Amino acid sequence: MSNEMYQEHILDHYENPHHQGTLAHPALEFRDLNPLCGDEMRIQACLDDRGHLARVCFDGKGCIISLAAASMLMEAVAGKTLEEVKKLDRQDMLELLGVPLTTMRVKYAMLPWRTLMKAILLYEGQRREASATD
Amino acid sequence: MTHTPTFVSSRAPTVLDVERVRRDFPILTRTVHDRPLVYLDSAASSQRPLAVIDAVRHYDQTSHANIHRGVYVLSEEATAAYEQAHMRVAQFINADWQEIVFTKNTTEALNLVAYAWGLHHLREGDEVVLTQMEHHSNLVPWQQIARRTGARVQYVRVDGQGHLDMEHAASVIGPRTKMVAVTHVSNVLGTVNPVHEFSKMAHAQGALLCVDGAQSIPHMPVDVRALDCDFFAFSGHKMLGPTGIGGLYGKRHILEHLEPFLYGGDMIREVTFEGASWNDLPWKFEAGTPPIAQAIGLAAAVEYLQRLGMDAVRAHEQDLVRYALEQMRQVHDLELYGPEADERGGVVSFNLKGLHPHDMASILDHHGVAIRAGHHCAMPLMQVLGINGTCRASFYVYTTVDEIDVLIEAIGAARRLLRP
Repeated sequence: MSNEMYQEHILDHYENPHHQGTLAHPALEFRDLNPLCGDEMRIQACLDDRGHLARVCFDGKGCIISLAAASMLMEAVAGKTLEEVKKLDRQDMLELLGVPLTTMRVKYAMLPWRTLMKAILLYEGQRREASATD
Repeated sequence: MTHTPTFVSSRAPTVLDVERVRRDFPILTRTVHDRPLVYLDSAASSQRPLAVIDAVRHYDQTSHANIHRGVYVLSEEATAAYEQAHMRVAQFINADWQEIVFTKNTTEALNLVAYAWGLHHLREGDEVVLTQMEHHSNLVPWQQIARRTGARVQYVRVDGQGHLDMEHAASVIGPRTKMVAVTHVSNVLGTVNPVHEFSKMAHAQGALLCVDGAQSIPHMPVDVRALDCDFFAFSGHKMLGPTGIGGLYGKRHILEHLEPFLYGGDMIREVTFEGASWNDLPWKFEAGTPPIAQAIGLAAAVEYLQRLGMDAVRAHEQDLVRYALEQMRQVHDLELYGPEADERGGVVSFNLKGLHPHDMASILDHHGVAIRAGHHCAMPLMQVLGINGTCRASFYVYTTVDEIDVLIEAIGAARRLLRP
């Protein structure tokens, strides 16, 4: 295969995605779209009583790169605390993928990470609001 | 120094000599990922022949100045060339030159109609009729103007073969309809729509017809009087011209009674502290310094197309589409969208089962093949088709049958990437 983007580990995650599905009562949830292509990504998570991501899952429509990125990201963040997950940056996400990407494809690869970060921000915002009205 | 095209004929030929045409397009000699470039995305933006590149450079090197105000040789030359560009485009589609307003592109031309006409003529209870296959540029402006005026937007349905349902059209175009805005050729399905029929239906109800011509004017003969449309919008960069230039044709009596869209310099007759009056057509709609060099490039593109002959261009593309459809129907798991070759422009939309369009486009890119993948700025149409996007190969005057073979071969390689 001349195309370095589609290496075995990427195709493995695409064909057998980890943590794909939906949760009935997620604490964290966000759905985002890539306006360039109309791809969509939903990420949900539950926290255990120590604040770890006990269950995470994604659901969406997308290309091999964005779906493999979602699967790899879910695997990487499962069991971590929100603080640990928030430290993940774009570079970490690219290293997780471990394949060369064109500028356009980086945007697709970042959709799951961006969606997860927004889910965390939304959750923390709701928590702050809830504690302010208590 | 202007470039003389390699084919010289006083009459427009009926057959296109592709190999000769290709010599006029320097970009076609480059490679991509060590493969010859196979450019199949002309529906998004076409490549430019030397005639256009040279016309723009010649102007930049010898005559550039601002137009309409300078009383010196350069400005007079620039003004003459800019006005001639209006005449050239007008002649190309059988309009008067005062009926051609230069804009940035089709999108701006359609916004001009939506704002200058729609905002002042639509009222609560009025209806604007669009189709399910509109590009966002002929859809979002109307949705927004409808929201502001209280008008309602209706959509003519697309059938399973990618045609507009004309019976449905007849039932939605009625006494409340004030505007029918329809694409001449679908940028996704390639469908050539019966614009003249829409014109009759709209006019019978006292409504106007606005045609999105972005995908028709580059590829087939267009006669706005024969179509009897009230507005016709187009882009330069899809018809061998530069980016940043497009246009709107409007019937003179309609343009004359329309409010301006943009206000500022060059569009006024007189300005006082109390107010202003407007310049003649088409300048009333061309506020500010226009894209002069780009307009001159567009005129050169039109001249080039006229020399090729639009009938020959159309025939060439139909041959290509017929061949492409034949070949693609033999590829397993390849889904094709849109009508038969004789009812469509040079566009083929497809999906390989199990492969996202962007992955297809990436794999094809590695074979030197440039196609478009995604929703093609027609998200509502994707919804109708029940998909998120398609791969789209689009052809033009420089596309060869051999290039379609390269496309088919590369699609085969993409199929092999998906392991059983």
